[in-house]
Amino acid sequence: MSDEKKLAIIATKGSLDWAYPPFILASTAAALGYETEIFFTFYGLQLLKKNLDLEVTPLGNPGMPMPMGMDKWFPVLGLALPGMQGMMTGMMKKKMASKGVADLTELRELCQEAEVKLIACQMTVDLFEMNTSEFIDGIEYAGAARFFEFAGNSDICLYI
Amino acid sequence: MADFDQELDASGLNCPLPILRAKKTLNGMESGKVLHIIATDPGSVKDFEAFANQTGNELMESKEVGGKFEFLIKKA
Repeated sequence: MSDEKKLAIIATKGSLDWAYPPFILASTAAALGYETEIFFTFYGLQLLKKNLDLEVTPLGNPGMPMPMGMDKWFPVLGLALPGMQGMMTGMMKKKMASKGVADLTELRELCQEAEVKLIACQMTVDLFEMNTSEFIDGIEYAGAARFFEFAGNSDICLYI
Repeated sequence: MADFDQELDASGLNCPLPILRAKKTLNGMESGKVLHIIATDPGSVKDFEAFANQTGNELMESKEVGGKFEFLIKKA
């Protein structure tokens, strides 16, 4: 066994904002010399699609900063208006680009270049009848036991 | 600033891109060579310190010049 440090991540969320932590942490860890694996399960599997069409929603998220004081104008129910999610997603993407935050696809590619192992939960793929041809190449399909094989020897283990 | 062998301009990039780009550039360099990095992300100051500590590459210099952050890293 190598004496490289190990980082194991479980990615469970499929929204634009929550797509960042797994890929940021994994790519950085890899750059620091960690052997890294990410296990994608449930909604986290959206992060493995070739075409990343992720959105962000302010619904149920009182901590989300709203641009232009929109939270004053729209009470909670206003956030459920049609088009609100698309608008917030557009604003968030613009903000990220203007601040030099990496594009998700780029971060994911950097992870793959750095040999971060990406594992898709086979059970979730079957459960949601997901089409694996929509997923990127170079990923592994496996179950919980496969995760523990690596996570059991990891130095850091995160559930995101 | 001391001599360097290669330069990386990470201006405008945010965490973790300056570190990832630096790592990638260092990968293509020989041991003992020096990389000069320019960044605008204020977080990069602590990040390059931590990067050097954890990877064994030496952070020879770290300073702020006209609102930009400059680093010299010698590849281990």
